Amino acid sequence: MSTGARGGEIFAAPYVVEHTFRRSLGPVMSRFLTGLRDRRIEGIRTRDGRVMVPPKEYDPETSEALDEFVEVGQSGVVTTWSWVSSPKQKHPLGRPFAWALIQLDGADTAMLHAVDAGEESKMRTGMRVRVRWRDETVGEILDISCFEPEGEK
Amino acid sequence: MSKPVKSISAPIRLDYTYAAGEATTRFLRGVAQKKLIGQRCPITGKVYVPSAGASPTHGVPTTEPVEVSDKGTITTFCIVRIPAENLSVQPPFVAASVLLDGADIAMFHVVSDCPVEEVRMGMRVQAVWVPDEEIGPTLKSIKYFKPIDEPDADFDSYKEHL
Repeated sequence: MSTGARGGEIFAAPYVVEHTFRRSLGPVMSRFLTGLRDRRIEGIRTRDGRVMVPPKEYDPETSEALDEFVEVGQSGVVTTWSWVSSPKQKHPLGRPFAWALIQLDGADTAMLHAVDAGEESKMRTGMRVRVRWRDETVGEILDISCFEPEGEK
Repeated sequence: MSKPVKSISAPIRLDYTYAAGEATTRFLRGVAQKKLIGQRCPITGKVYVPSAGASPTHGVPTTEPVEVSDKGTITTFCIVRIPAENLSVQPPFVAASVLLDGADIAMFHVVSDCPVEEVRMGMRVQAVWVPDEEIGPTLKSIKYFKPIDEPDADFDSYKEHL
């Protein structure tokens, strides 16, 4: 409650807007997330031979449908990042972390995910990171809990 | 290997704190005393319940409080047959615009205590309040509107309020 212009308390109340959507995936995201469930990361090859991770249904240059899946590595390089010092409720980690674009070994594009580096001074562009899988994988992007700096265990 | 993943849960949730403002706060204080208090536009004389504190047609502040009846007339309605989360009533139920006696704008609420097929435009209804110990500054203090034993209102009496 707060006080109004003419005195007296102004009512306030929690107001939650919530939609419990379920989204169908289509053939390519279905394959990608099924791969994550089975602890495998798959990209897709474009017409000019590059590998996109995550995969897309259509070639970004020619718009042709794509279907050649390519398994890529579970480690890669941070191409850019941003430190989150105060994680929000919906963030993948409950402690400070980095949002990063990560180019996995064998991929030509980078994917967005969290890096659990502990502190900002441990982050740098070009650093190597590897997947940390969730204990129980179900077929969604957070089957990858986060990435962690290589060399740590 | 088990079946491919075909869909994902993708919920959207926004947590707001809604501030009612002075006008709605005043209305809700009335509700807590089982009173439905609107405000009159000083130019047109129309009574708005709940009032937003300003005339929607002229933009001037509405200052004169007007208590209206908890009886009214159904102007329009629809029968809801699709269940949804967070509904306090089970389908099928009727969501109706109720023009309270003394008001110039209809309020939206649930009509119950009769078969949904019997609900009609012009039907006379009255608020059913929750037990006194549960009354509070919330529209949930009105459980629903129920039909009352009065002849239907003439269409001309509410045609300007549809």
